[in-house]
Amino acid sequence: MAAAPHNFFPPASLTTSGRPVLLPGEVECQLLSGVDLESEDNASGSNSSGSYDFSPLKSGVLILTTHRLLWLSSDSSNTTAIAIALGSITHIFSAKKSIKAMFHSPRFRFQVSVNSKSAVVTVVVRGKGDWEAFFAKLWESWRARAWETSDTVSKESGGSASSSSSSGGLYSSDGSVRMVGVAGILRKEQEMWENTDKSLQDAFQDLNALMSKAKEMMTLAEKMRQKLLSGSNSQTSSGNDDEMGSKEMQDWLLSVGIISPVTKESAGALYHQQLSRQLADFVRVPLERAGGMINLIDIYCLFNRARGTELISPEDLLQACSLWEKFDVPVMLRKFDSGVMVIQNKAHSDEEVFARIKALVTKPDAFTSGISASDAAMTLGIAPAMAKEHLLSAESKGLLCRDISPDGFRFYVNFFSEIDPSNLYLVKDHSLYSVWIKATAAS
Amino acid sequence: MQTLGDFKLPQFFNYPPYFTLQPVRDTRDKQIQLWKELILDYCRTQKIFVIGLEEEFPLFANPAIERSLSHEAREAFLSALVSEGRAEWLDKGHKKCLLLWHRIQDWADIILNFVRENGLEDGVTTIEEMRSGIESRGTELHGIDRTILMRALKLLENKGKLAIFKGTSTDDEGVKFSV
Repeated sequence: MAAAPHNFFPPASLTTSGRPVLLPGEVECQLLSGVDLESEDNASGSNSSGSYDFSPLKSGVLILTTHRLLWLSSDSSNTTAIAIALGSITHIFSAKKSIKAMFHSPRFRFQVSVNSKSAVVTVVVRGKGDWEAFFAKLWESWRARAWETSDTVSKESGGSASSSSSSGGLYSSDGSVRMVGVAGILRKEQEMWENTDKSLQDAFQDLNALMSKAKEMMTLAEKMRQKLLSGSNSQTSSGNDDEMGSKEMQDWLLSVGIISPVTKESAGALYHQQLSRQLADFVRVPLERAGGMINLIDIYCLFNRARGTELISPEDLLQACSLWEKFDVPVMLRKFDSGVMVIQNKAHSDEEVFARIKALVTKPDAFTSGISASDAAMTLGIAPAMAKEHLLSAESKGLLCRDISPDGFRFYVNFFSEIDPSNLYLVKDHSLYSVWIKATAAS
Repeated sequence: MQTLGDFKLPQFFNYPPYFTLQPVRDTRDKQIQLWKELILDYCRTQKIFVIGLEEEFPLFANPAIERSLSHEAREAFLSALVSEGRAEWLDKGHKKCLLLWHRIQDWADIILNFVRENGLEDGVTTIEEMRSGIESRGTELHGIDRTILMRALKLLENKGKLAIFKGTSTDDEGVKFSV
C-alpha cells in the first residue's frame, strides 16, 4: 500500500495488458470513459459531517462490475488503478440534483465508507459515454448484491479486501480449496457434472433463461478450473496420469469460458480498446502452447468459444489485434508475405525456428527425401499452415529450396551455392553437398 | 555415377530441387548457373546444336528420381543462355533454341584451322563437303549445324577471307577461300 499512488482507495490489480483482474465470479457490466473522481466539495456541506477529503483522480476509465467500481487511469505513463467495492457504498445520491447544472459535465455522487472513513465521491463524466445508463446499472448492481452471494468472496465486503491474499481472476487461484488425489477430483467432477446437468436442463426452458444460465455455466466452469488448478498444485509429486487427467480437464474448462467478456453493450466506445486488452490476456495461454505463434483463425475460434454467447466478428478481432501496437502488451500481430496473419509473442524469434528447421532438414532421411509442411508441423508442434509459413520464410532466407513434383510440395536443405559452376563434378569436403551424396548413396 | 549415353552426369542431377525452378532469387541464380553449364557441357560432348522445347530432351528429365523440368523452367534456363550469347532462339515463339557452345567467332577460327590443315588456302569446297566430307571427319566441323556454319562463313566473308557463291549444277553453295 505504501507504493500505491492513492491513499484512500485500495489499488486494483491489473493484468500485463492493463485489464483489471476480476474476482472469482465477478462480471463486468459497463464502462465509462473520461471520468474524474472527486471528493465532495465543501459547498455541499456534507464535509462538516466528517466526510473524508481525498485527492481527486483525473481522467480515467470507470468500470462497473457486479462487485466493484474500478477506476483506471487513461494516461499511459500513470498506472493508477483503484477499486471501490460496491459493498462499501453506503448511499447513492439521486442524480437529479446535478442535472441542474446544464453547462457542467454530467456528474453523480455516492457515499462510500472505507476503513471506517466515509467520503462522498463525485463522478464527473467528461467523456461522451452514456452516463445515465451507467448510473442505472450502478444502481442495479449495487442492489443486486452479487458480492454477497459469491461464496469465495463473502469476507471481502469491506473496502480493504481487494488487496488481500486473493489475486483472483482467470489465471491464478486463491488456494482456499485443496483437493487431494485423483479420487477427490473425480468426486468433485461428478458433483459438478450433476449441477451442470441441472443447469443445462434449466437453461433450455426458454431463451432468456438460457442467456442468464450461460453466464452461470461459465462461472461454474471457472470455479471448477480454479479448484482443479489448486488441486494439481498441491499434489505435483503424484503420478503422471493424474496430472494428465486434471490438465486435460483444465484445458477443457479453460476453453469453456471467459467469465466477463467485453461486449459492445458494456464497453461502448471503448469496445475495441478493451477487447484488445482482454484478447492480449486471453492469447497468452494458447500462444504458449502453440510455441509462440498462432494463427489468427485459430485464435478467433478459441476466443469466441471462450466468450460463449457474446461472439465477436472477424473484423472486431482484427481491429482488436491491430490496436496492440498502441498498448504495451507482450503480443503482436504479424502478417506473412503470403497474407497469412498470426499472433506471436514479441519475444518470439525467427532465428530459433530456423535453427529447428535446419536441424530437421539435415536428418538423414529428410536429407534424401525432403520434408513437407505436415512433417514440419509434427516436429515443431504447430499447425501445418503455420509450419508452411515458417518453411517459406526459411526458403526466402536461402536455408531451404523447394521440390514440386506429383508427390507434393517438399523442402530440401539448400546447397546450390556449394556447387562450383566452373567444375560441376567437384564435391567439396565437409559440405552439405558431400553429406547429401553420402546420405543418398546409403539409402 | 549416373550417365546419359556416354555423358557423365554430376551428383546433383539426383537432387530433386534441381528440377524445380526456385522462386527465391539468390537460389534461382545459382540453380540457373548450374543448368547453363550442364546444358553447354552436354551439348558440346553430344554435338547437339538445337534443343526443341516441346520435344523430349534427355537432359531435362531424370527418371531415377522421377523428376523433369517444366516448360517454364526449360525456357528460363535457355533464356539465360540466350542472354549470355551462348544460345539463340530460332523463332519468336521460343520453341527452338540454337546452342552456341562455341561462339561464332570461335567457329570461324575452327574453319580457318581446317582450311590450313587441308591446304585449302586458295581452294574451293562446298558447304556440304565441309559438314560431312572425308576431310572434316574427326574434326569439330563434322556434323556442324548448317545455320551456325553459314554464320561463321559469313563472318569470314565479311573479313575478306572467302567468298560464297551459288553452284551451277547443284543446290549446294560453294566456298572459295583466299586466306
